[in-house]
Amino acid sequence: MHEFVEAFHFIARDGAVPGTPGLPSLARLTLETLKVSAIGVAISLVIAVPLGVWLGHLHRGSFLAINVGNVGRALPSLVVLAIGDAFLGLGLTVVEVALVILAVPPIVTNAYLGVDGVDRDLVDAARGMGMSAWETISRVELPLAAPLLFTGIRTAALFVVSTTTIAALAGFSGSLGDVIANETSYHFSGVLGAAICVAALALLVDGALLLVQRRLTPRGLRLEERARARGPLAEGAPA
Amino acid sequence: MALAPLIAAGPVIAAATEPVIPNYAAQSSSCEIHNDLFCGSWVSHNWGPVLWPALRDHILLALVAVGIGFVIAMALALAAHRFGWVERPTTAVTTILYTIPSLALFELLAAPVGLNVYSAEIALVSYTLLILFRNILAGLRSVPTEVLDAADGMGMSRGQALVRVELPLALPSIVAGLRIAIVTIIALTTVVYVIYNHGLGVPIHTALGEGPFKTELIAAGGLAIVLALFADGLLVAIQRLLTPWARARTG
Amino acid sequence: MNTADTAHNEGPSAFAQAAELELRHVSKRYAGQREPAIGDLSFTVPAGEVCVLVGPSGSGKTTTMRLINRMIPISGGDILLGGRSVLTRDPKELRREIGYVIQQIGLFPHQTVDENIATVPRLLGWPKERVSARVHELLELIDLDPEEMRDRYPAQLSGGQRQRVGVARALAADPPLMLMDEPFGAIDPINRTRLQDEFLGLQEKVKKTVVFVTHDIDEAIKMGDRIAILREGGVLAQYDTPREILTHPADDFVAQFVGADRGLKRLALTRLSELKLIEPNGRRADASDGAQRVPVQTSVRDALSIMLSANGDPLTVVDDDGRVEGLFTLGLVEQLLADDAAAPPPGDGSAQAEAQPASQGRPV
Repeated sequence: MHEFVEAFHFIARDGAVPGTPGLPSLARLTLETLKVSAIGVAISLVIAVPLGVWLGHLHRGSFLAINVGNVGRALPSLVVLAIGDAFLGLGLTVVEVALVILAVPPIVTNAYLGVDGVDRDLVDAARGMGMSAWETISRVELPLAAPLLFTGIRTAALFVVSTTTIAALAGFSGSLGDVIANETSYHFSGVLGAAICVAALALLVDGALLLVQRRLTPRGLRLEERARARGPLAEGAPA
Repeated sequence: MALAPLIAAGPVIAAATEPVIPNYAAQSSSCEIHNDLFCGSWVSHNWGPVLWPALRDHILLALVAVGIGFVIAMALALAAHRFGWVERPTTAVTTILYTIPSLALFELLAAPVGLNVYSAEIALVSYTLLILFRNILAGLRSVPTEVLDAADGMGMSRGQALVRVELPLALPSIVAGLRIAIVTIIALTTVVYVIYNHGLGVPIHTALGEGPFKTELIAAGGLAIVLALFADGLLVAIQRLLTPWARARTG
Repeated sequence: MNTADTAHNEGPSAFAQAAELELRHVSKRYAGQREPAIGDLSFTVPAGEVCVLVGPSGSGKTTTMRLINRMIPISGGDILLGGRSVLTRDPKELRREIGYVIQQIGLFPHQTVDENIATVPRLLGWPKERVSARVHELLELIDLDPEEMRDRYPAQLSGGQRQRVGVARALAADPPLMLMDEPFGAIDPINRTRLQDEFLGLQEKVKKTVVFVTHDIDEAIKMGDRIAILREGGVLAQYDTPREILTHPADDFVAQFVGADRGLKRLALTRLSELKLIEPNGRRADASDGAQRVPVQTSVRDALSIMLSANGDPLTVVDDDGRVEGLFTLGLVEQLLADDAAAPPPGDGSAQAEAQPASQGRPV
């Protein structure tokens, strides 16, 4: 446990290492990580949400939408980053491209599944009441798909934060991964301290997204879920 | 944890741990010297000493992780199926484990457990738990109530209903979970090298230090991706074999 | 297990068993509910008869049924099957001895027809050949070609076939009692009628004691040797033969439940062959007079309907070979209704005596 005490000292010093001047502060690295990740997630959202929702609305391209998720999962972050490094050199742009490649699949797949899975009778009812395609999507399909859509977004955000730190292993500088990849300068206590920060950051991001998800999930849907979780009311339903 | 001796016993480990630097001056082809896109000759020369041992360790690390993860997740899911209160704490803990980025979790485990196969496996196992637990439980809960009612009404005991009815019917969902888990773990295992110098992460790391050396990068990275897709396909095939009823439809 | 043992000795072709079922002051209370789900229910189903439990929602039909095989624990009273209290039995062992058919059927989707039907025999540990012979026999009994059907999965069957396999599965271990919870409730009307007829034909052969739950009074009248009408709170409103219930409803609730057309329903219980037809020689009743001819098995209700659409003219009743049996007139219908009404409403003791005519009057 000695290492952990040292690690917390490192965090308390904001990343300063006695005897090694000129290292960036831990707060700055954390903010950098957050910035790189946020850009990646934002670009992915812009690409993936409309695509997945549109495919789901048309109930088309299930093969593409589902398999893109499977293949995406098979891509190791390190490999995507390393190949980017080998062919283009690992600047911020290339890292963002790698992040988007990894984050788009889970969002597309879950957006597709969410919208595709909306009860057809409800969509039929919406159209019967004279809603346009856009109104059907925005008022019926998207709200009902919100839980699954957010599952995809949370998974993507996780991939992105994780990959941003791994980018340091491929030579990208500008995230908390720098500390973990540089044990020579930071010693193990610094590596551990940075790891703690990364874990905390990921949990915070996930928690924040979970809160947004709760906010955006229609209340009726949450009640229904809770009712389902509680199960049947009585053992023997009256005849 | 019989894995450590298994891997350690391999004669090729020494080759994998020693940095494999392509010797440009002596034996290398011009392809290697110019770091072209892909040098077939390098791959054939280094398959035995570098790529195969890395691939073999990669497979072992991933299989052991998913195997142990499956046993733990199955026990937790069965418990949650029987006692509803188990679900919430299990989901909470496994979600936290799943959320911690791999690089951070490896280092966090290295502190108490050490730089060895145990911390590597603990980390990999912890990533499988949420996926497998959720899928197994969802599968068990997807069994139609009338089917359970019929099993009960015909005098099956709880154990009989579980083995003969619930688990077979949960199989598609369980296999779906296993597919996600194995693919995820094969991808994650490329990072294991930071605490335990094994798996396909080793040649990737070497290649990055060499310029980066494209052939080795593409070969090792490609192997990781192909391995994941192959494992996924294999599980689909196994599922088809085990669930003949899922394909039977009228006509 | 005594009764089951005798059947085993008789080999696979045995449908030997039927046992009397007796409910004694049965009650069921759910925790936290003030009113009992079942009040104080007592009735006896003689061995080999079909007892239909019928009543509105909340009358406890299904609950009563599930108390019998202990799917729901009983709160008070006792249930005897073949003279033995079910409460002394191991629930699993008891259920293996009682056939169980539910509306959604609950066939195991991952098992073939063969494996589904073999479920209880396998639980009982029958040897392989005996199980296989039994499945074959049951498939023939329900008119499914064993060679063609036994390896199919439930998803490859029609709704009606699934229901029949469900019945075969319940019959597999030759249970002395069958519990059927709205077994035809999810089937379209045309196929429902066919399945009902098939089941009555099957029951003629296997002669099981059957407890049959439905909310449909017409189905109850058609299927039941006896009908137990339950009202809200699991109170027995009347337990009698269909004819008695239609002729002498115990109270307003029963009268309302069986419907204002109970006179017509009663007519449906009687066939022309049971009437004293008008002698044909009294009037001109040759084949040539243009009067409608109806077979002797026609129900009085159907005959009346035909007569009304033929301007009320008498019908010529003929037997299977086309020979004239007699004439059917409106007067006979009035006579029949009057006779029924004049018969004294039977007390508790006479229910037994009424059982026989009821079963023969059932249109099959």
